[in-house]
Amino acid sequence: MTKAEIVEQIYERVGFSKKESADLVEKVFDIIKDTLRDGEKVKISGFGNFVVREKNARKGRNPQTGEEIVLEARRVLTFKPSLVLKNLLNEGSAGDAFDDDSDDEADDE
Amino acid sequence: MTKSGLIEKVAEKTPHISKKDTEVVVNTIFDAMTDALRRGERIEIRGFGSFQVKVREARDGRNPKTGEMVNIPAKRTPFFKVGKELKEMVDGAPPSAASKEELSA
Repeated sequence: MTKAEIVEQIYERVGFSKKESADLVEKVFDIIKDTLRDGEKVKISGFGNFVVREKNARKGRNPQTGEEIVLEARRVLTFKPSLVLKNLLNEGSAGDAFDDDSDDEADDE
Repeated sequence: MTKSGLIEKVAEKTPHISKKDTEVVVNTIFDAMTDALRRGERIEIRGFGSFQVKVREARDGRNPKTGEMVNIPAKRTPFFKVGKELKEMVDGAPPSAASKEELSA
């Protein structure tokens, strides 16, 4: 699935014009991106949480040459799928029998 | 920011669309993505990242409290790989074309 197909779904299910649908989808992802750029997490209940994490500098190795290198401190984006989404992917199997922690915690910020 | 915060922001930027419709749009986006993942389909959002369902094989585990052996069945898990543009945005690096050789998602 690509952005174009998501736009198609908006067009079909919601009834906006294709141009309007494309514009809306673009805006939604732009807002999510800007929020993450500012270091703020984005929590989509029923889907998952996008969280920016600080990584400390550490020593690494170039796997090809074996040479030691320093990996600078950096900020990375992680995605933690919601329990709801994980269970949906395992419907029909024993997917909901798992212990999981609170990724669907309260929605307030 | 939560989903309702996101809806709010989108509504601010699209004054010609009702907030109710904005809410439907945001929900439809994540519903469509969820449906795709349920079908086992990969999702690729340019400039954002990609989602993929991976299968974790069944394995034998142990209940850490009792030490008892338990069978952990196979399960499907969604994975997200951040796209190049967003990766650089988050890290505060200027979005340069040649600085990182990694494939964009």
